[in-house]
Amino acid sequence: MTAGKATHGEPPAGSRPKLAVWKFSSCDGCQLSLLDCEDELLEVAEAIEIAYFLEATRAVVEGPYDLSLVEGSITTPDELERIHQVREASHRVVTIGACATAGGIQALRNFTDVEEYMSVVYAHPSFISTLDTATPVSDHVEVDFELRGCPINKIQLLEVISAHLNERRPEVPGHSVCTECKLRLNVCVMVASGTPCLGPVTHAGCGALCPTFSRGCYGCFGPMETPNTESLEASMEALGLGDPDIVRMFRTYNAWAPAFRDHSRLVELRMSEPAASPTGREDPA
Amino acid sequence: MANGLRAVIDVDGLDEVITRLRVQGFSTIGPTCRDGAIVYDEIEATGELPRGWADDQDAGTYRLVRRDDEALFGYAVGPHSWKQYLHPPGELLFEVRRDGGGFVIEERPEPKSRYAFIGVRACELAAIGVQDRVLVESEHPAGGYSVRRGEAFLLAVDCGEPGGSCFCVSMGTGPGVSSGFDLALTELMSGEHRFLVRVGSDAGAAVLGEVASREATGEDLAEARRVVEMAGARMGRHLDTDGLPVLLAENLEHPRWDDVARRCLTCTNCTLVCPTCFCSTVEDLTTLDGQRAQRWQRWDSCFTLGFSELHGSPVRHSTRGRYRQWLTHKLGTWWEQFGESGCVGCGRCITWCPVGIDMTAEVAALRRPGVDASANPEEVR
Ligand code: SF4
Ligand code: SF4
Ligand code: SF4
Repeated sequence: MTAGKATHGEPPAGSRPKLAVWKFSSCDGCQLSLLDCEDELLEVAEAIEIAYFLEATRAVVEGPYDLSLVEGSITTPDELERIHQVREASHRVVTIGACATAGGIQALRNFTDVEEYMSVVYAHPSFISTLDTATPVSDHVEVDFELRGCPINKIQLLEVISAHLNERRPEVPGHSVCTECKLRLNVCVMVASGTPCLGPVTHAGCGALCPTFSRGCYGCFGPMETPNTESLEASMEALGLGDPDIVRMFRTYNAWAPAFRDHSRLVELRMSEPAASPTGREDPA
Repeated sequence: MANGLRAVIDVDGLDEVITRLRVQGFSTIGPTCRDGAIVYDEIEATGELPRGWADDQDAGTYRLVRRDDEALFGYAVGPHSWKQYLHPPGELLFEVRRDGGGFVIEERPEPKSRYAFIGVRACELAAIGVQDRVLVESEHPAGGYSVRRGEAFLLAVDCGEPGGSCFCVSMGTGPGVSSGFDLALTELMSGEHRFLVRVGSDAGAAVLGEVASREATGEDLAEARRVVEMAGARMGRHLDTDGLPVLLAENLEHPRWDDVARRCLTCTNCTLVCPTCFCSTVEDLTTLDGQRAQRWQRWDSCFTLGFSELHGSPVRHSTRGRYRQWLTHKLGTWWEQFGESGCVGCGRCITWCPVGIDMTAEVAALRRPGVDASANPEEVR
């Protein structure tokens, strides 16, 4: 959560608090998690007025809103303007998902030349109006809480809404996926089968979904509270991964999250150094 | 009381023991193979034990390997421990319901299972003892743990095949079991596949009394002694415990802490696999309408930021501080607090650390005078 750049909307008066769900550059998967709350959706609708949620209903209730859930990254000039309007109309802003909290998969553009991309992808690039970067919402306005995941976990979403309604802190711990793995009594895939796993540097929230099915973690929830990417990378190398593999592992849905971004850049820099040793590392001076 | 009684049973006899325990209403929990490791789960017969399997363990690595015999207990401890049954990862403590202007606390559900643990190792008996000191023999006994612990039946087994990360001999806890069990086995493989059984309690004597057994011969006893002696001579690791609490207390600024902090992921694996680590946190959950709330106890770890959060901010920010807290507590300040070591030498924290941080190697490094700290000036988180 970064320092505020916009004023807070005042909490609106009235009976049920008002909820708004906003979409920026994203795939809609995180909003869908709210609709996916089938059993709990009625309960949600009883506790909070779903005032703006185009994916569910065209009916629009005017702001201001008590709680705004924001999905998607800031990727176009229009979105840059709109996110400030959302902030002004909202008492509390919660970003949901990897796009809104870290820029999402589309932030891969941030590592490249967008003009060049456009010329390759679009027949008429001149019709495209876009920013050079895809950035998280917190780069532009103050965010009250960031819920991670690609997509988010619906149980955590309900927890955030419930915490908001009951005026308490959401129970969304920042520890590693390993912690969830052990709480589920999983056998570690890294230790027992030598499968590379991003779990030790990844934020909890999925319930260690992939390791539960004997896969390594892909890092969908972004960096955990104190990620030591460098140490994990050393083990990945021992498991036979090369530098390009490591760059790819860190450059997925949370490529622009600072810890993952900085590490992939570091490795890339090392790869481009002409004097690098065969391992890709500099020889100790 | 028939404590100390020795008898011999065969594999069928062990099956019979498991059946008797089940008839008495115990959930019988024992080692079994799953996902490439030997874990603990409910078992109904010896057929579910890891017959003919061993484990190859070292810092940060674990592999199942075939044995050249049909031993049922020919391996060391795996990622699980009995802690997950006695002090489970998550436990509902209580539930509250709004009632007019106030609230009502609802009864806590009774802990449901009576457990019989099959194949408890010497280090694990010691670890259960360590947790008893913390969770039962304290000013504030933990209700759920105390009940489950009081009802548990412990079928122990001597270790014949220590793992690559084991150092129970250094900690004085194994490889043979000496006390704290209901029944204890030594698996004997020469000639007929059989078990020497020792009785440690009336409950154990009662179960053994219902099973076909024969008297132990001098040969059985000699072989059992040999199995344990040979295991003791093949420890995977060694920890020099001489003056350890003082050594740690005097080396809080040793440069090795910076070195280990560069490697440590603060992932919490070491603490969650450790059979003595007992720390937990509480999570409060509410229903959307605010009419009900639950308080859950969940395993926590001194490696998380939340663990040391006081008035809104963690006091142990650095990885260095967190690793140091863990190691100095385990091996040093635990003595002051509970009169014993917090480590029993099971080696789990070494094997299951994804980057293979080995506390025995860390202690050995702390024993060497530190090199000039200014060689590593950078701040490690
Ligand atoms: S499988 Fe991955 S997430 Fe699970 S404990 Fe191992 S390294 Fe951590
Ligand atoms: S500190 Fe490590 S070796 Fe000691 S009891 Fe815990 S897991 Fe076992
Ligand atoms: S010592 Fe190993 S297992 Fe423990 S927190 Fe550090 S990296 Fe994780």
